[in-house]
Amino acid sequence: MATSSRLDARIPQGSLEDKWKKYKSSVPLVNPANKRNIEVIVVGTGLAGASAAATLAEMGYKVKAFCFQDSPRRAHSIAAQGGINAAKNYQNDGDSVHRLFYDTIKGGDYRSREANVHRLAEVSGNIIDQCVAQGVPFAREYGGLLSNRSFGGVQVQRTFYAAGQTGQQLLLGAYSGLQRQVGMGTIAMYNRHEMLDVVKIDGKCRGIIARNLITGELERHSAHAVLLCTGGYGNVFYLSTNAMGSNVTAAWKAHKRGAFFANPCFTQIHPTCIPVSGEHQSKLTLMSESLRNDGRIWVPKKQNDTRPGNEIPEEERDYYLERRYPAFGNLVPRDIASRAAKERCDAGYGVGSSKLAVFLDFSAAFHRYGQGEANKNNITNASEAQILEWGKAVVKEKYGNLFDMYKQITGEDPYEVPMRIYPAVHYTMGGLWVDYNLMTTVPGLYSLGEANFSDHGANRLGASALMQGLADGYFVIPITVGAYLAGEIRTGKISTDHEAFVQTEKEVKDRIEKLISIKGNTSPELFHRRLGKIMWDKCGMARNEKGLKEAIVEIRALREEFWKDVKVMGKIGDFNPELDKANRVADFIELGELMCIDALTRNESCGGHFREEYQTEEGEALRDDENFMFVSAWEHIATEKWELHKEDLVYDNIKIAQRSYK
Amino acid sequence: MSAGNMRLTLKVWRQSNTDTQGGFENYNLDGVSPDMSFLEMFDILNEQLIEENKEPVAFDHDCREGICGMCSMFINGQPHGPLKGVTTCQLHMRSFQDGDTITVEPWRAAGFPVIKDLVVNRDGFDRIISAGGFVSVNTGNAQDANSLPIAKENADDAFAAAACIGCGACVAACKNASAMLFVSAKISQLALLPQGQAERSIRAEKMVAQMDAEGFGNCTNTHACSAECPKEISFENIARMNREYLGAKVSSKAV
Ligand SMILES: Cc1cc2nc3c(=O)[nH]c(=O)nc-3n(C[C@H](O)[C@H](O)[C@H](O)COP(=O)(O)OP(=O)(O)OC[C@H]3O[C@@H](n4cnc5c(N)ncnc54)[C@H](O)[C@@H]3O)c2cc1C
Ligand code: SF4
Ligand code: FES
Repeated sequence: MATSSRLDARIPQGSLEDKWKKYKSSVPLVNPANKRNIEVIVVGTGLAGASAAATLAEMGYKVKAFCFQDSPRRAHSIAAQGGINAAKNYQNDGDSVHRLFYDTIKGGDYRSREANVHRLAEVSGNIIDQCVAQGVPFAREYGGLLSNRSFGGVQVQRTFYAAGQTGQQLLLGAYSGLQRQVGMGTIAMYNRHEMLDVVKIDGKCRGIIARNLITGELERHSAHAVLLCTGGYGNVFYLSTNAMGSNVTAAWKAHKRGAFFANPCFTQIHPTCIPVSGEHQSKLTLMSESLRNDGRIWVPKKQNDTRPGNEIPEEERDYYLERRYPAFGNLVPRDIASRAAKERCDAGYGVGSSKLAVFLDFSAAFHRYGQGEANKNNITNASEAQILEWGKAVVKEKYGNLFDMYKQITGEDPYEVPMRIYPAVHYTMGGLWVDYNLMTTVPGLYSLGEANFSDHGANRLGASALMQGLADGYFVIPITVGAYLAGEIRTGKISTDHEAFVQTEKEVKDRIEKLISIKGNTSPELFHRRLGKIMWDKCGMARNEKGLKEAIVEIRALREEFWKDVKVMGKIGDFNPELDKANRVADFIELGELMCIDALTRNESCGGHFREEYQTEEGEALRDDENFMFVSAWEHIATEKWELHKEDLVYDNIKIAQRSYK
Repeated sequence: MSAGNMRLTLKVWRQSNTDTQGGFENYNLDGVSPDMSFLEMFDILNEQLIEENKEPVAFDHDCREGICGMCSMFINGQPHGPLKGVTTCQLHMRSFQDGDTITVEPWRAAGFPVIKDLVVNRDGFDRIISAGGFVSVNTGNAQDANSLPIAKENADDAFAAAACIGCGACVAACKNASAMLFVSAKISQLALLPQGQAERSIRAEKMVAQMDAEGFGNCTNTHACSAECPKEISFENIARMNREYLGAKVSSKAV
């Protein structure tokens, strides 16, 4: 194997610990007077985009930021629940930058880049400092210091949190920084705008075409660099924990203009989500991984047991994670927990009306915390009922909003009966290929946050996406973008009258007109559902060669049908959510095909990518390091045609091992 | 569970754009399940309209789990509908009866012009935050997070205020279309934390000035805002904000 000549990761020389430090002190700088004449477009205002936009504006660049929601504060990061990791070692439990680095590489099943992950671990502590300085109200102990909890795949407590609303609080912090710059006139904010294409001039990215979602007008925006911080593409499966509007369009358009797409098939299926309840379902709701700190997962020992969970006696319960993985128990990484749930349900032990669910049970935690409260208050004669009541109060303080949400959705009270949960699509490790500088294969075009592929390999550990988004935006891009922009100080203002802008705008316009003019019989929504079903059945939690080959044929047929039969109501020059949706679904269909091709090409199992042909006798993922220790970076050639480029992964600092959580 | 068997009559506000007059349209809808969320019920209505070659109803939504603050329906005279402490997207059809007629309107307030159907423009909220809803700290200037202990009580109170999702239901609920609850939540959060102290006065002054400039009304203490707030943001925040504002005015240098 050799890394494709088209993929230079630009990893700095030197020892792992020194790479970032040295890089920072040697990267070219742009002086303040020049910064004022350099424009940067930031597409997306989630943790990655908002933090990048605010920081670049503080540094003196002229920034334009875009989001499709009505306010930057509503980016999907707002929904993150459980927490954010940082190697602060505040708990004195042996944490360190190296341990966070190691856990992340191992958690990712040895499919991520050492240098990037180490940098992530290095800046993680500063993120917490920055957020606290902004007034982010993290959870605290009585002594006034910050509190931590545990997340999966890890044996230290390094997760910072704000109840079950960590993403909300972090995003509101970044958003306040962004709005401050908007108020100062250094950021121009374009909300209710959707980027629909990338504009390239002489091989460099020079701007974007965006649609004003209120008026329907197409706009041209030029810049010296464009950052895509547009989130993940989990909605290719139709049902996922992502927000309804989350989509792949920005990344996909970049891909079709020359940005390679890396590891598209690496999808994270989250083990603890509220199960599907019916055909009408439009999205799935996550129950944060933090619940696995205190909840125990089990199924009945008997098949087809229909008794309510609280009526099944202790000895008839199978705590299958604790049984199979005694060292990590309920806190095994997500891919492992998800597959174990699927295995039990497929074997006939599932619960609930669909039989596609397992229990997440807090009764032991109620008891433990209640007893703790009694001890704290020196009460020795408390009744069982009192103890449970106190215990429930403690749990409520930790996870109250999640319990309420569960009750709202299912109509069941999780303080009384165990929750029912099942895995659901949650996060996409794959994304635009980027080098160490976070630049894609198109010069001047960068990608940050979930939209890039960088740090999580084949499986992301809990509480690490928020960390990566803010690391990219606050601490990495403000430095690395300088390496490129230092060469742009003589470019001057880029005219949007350039032929490339005219041509790209025309292509976008033609496509929109095509969509509206088909006037077929099937709504974008129905196409999306059908795509989702193919993806979930054949490219979901378990994949095999036969299924993937079928999926590719089905998706191609679906694409042809879409362009003949889609029915888009409403007008072009108008607020038109149906048109927005049609545009997004069209891109999802193309992405789905590439995901299946990628999954079919990767003849091994690793992390979230489980090929049924490649498993150990105990049903664990079987990696093939000999042949697949590389990043798959796909170059788009033409419809149905891609070329695979490989970036070898070199591990100089970590000993590769079979991942074990037993 | 298959599709349900509730039948409903929906009276929905339709309006082409900001500059045209709107009006109610009636729709009959069958096959609604009590397990559907209110927005999933609207999804079905829209699919039905598309089938009939009619334009679907435009409404705002994104996360569908009560946290992004995007959904904004005024249902039977109440923002986010009849249930306490939930957003429209978290409201389920089990809160309604078979045969009900449900009236659905957009937020109505001078500060929130209608864009289309049930979609309104809430940019004013962003501008209020731009006026002062932040701590002026540039990236890279922070000290170690634990060098600033904060009493758990204050941290918890700040968090409770910071839980506001910026949906605007408080404005829609208020007969004066006042934005006091929203503004006070942010002012309180930062006033309760040591990080917010340096800019405490100027923040209150500037945010209130911007709120007035956006055309939001005055507070006459009806408490409708906190009663309807999906995040149950406490009315106490308004009292705290008034103290902050008066304190600021006494020592005012700006505004
Ligand atoms: C329910 C849930 C809970 C989670 N909990 C956790 C957790 O506890 N800890 C953790 O670490 N991670 C968690 N994650 C993952 C994490 O939240 C996300 O990976 C992360 O927030 C993504 O941030 P981002 O900035 O990359 O993108 P996003 O926050 O998704 O933002 C995307 C932005 O791009 C904009 N955009 C997209 N396309 C376009 C376009 N074409 N034109 C214009 N704008 C566009 C959007 O408007 C938005 O502003 C969770 C995820 C989910 C779904
Ligand atoms: S105070 Fe409540 S009602 Fe008002 S914007 Fe915030 S969350 Fe919505
Ligand atoms: S859609 Fe996000 S709060 Fe309702």
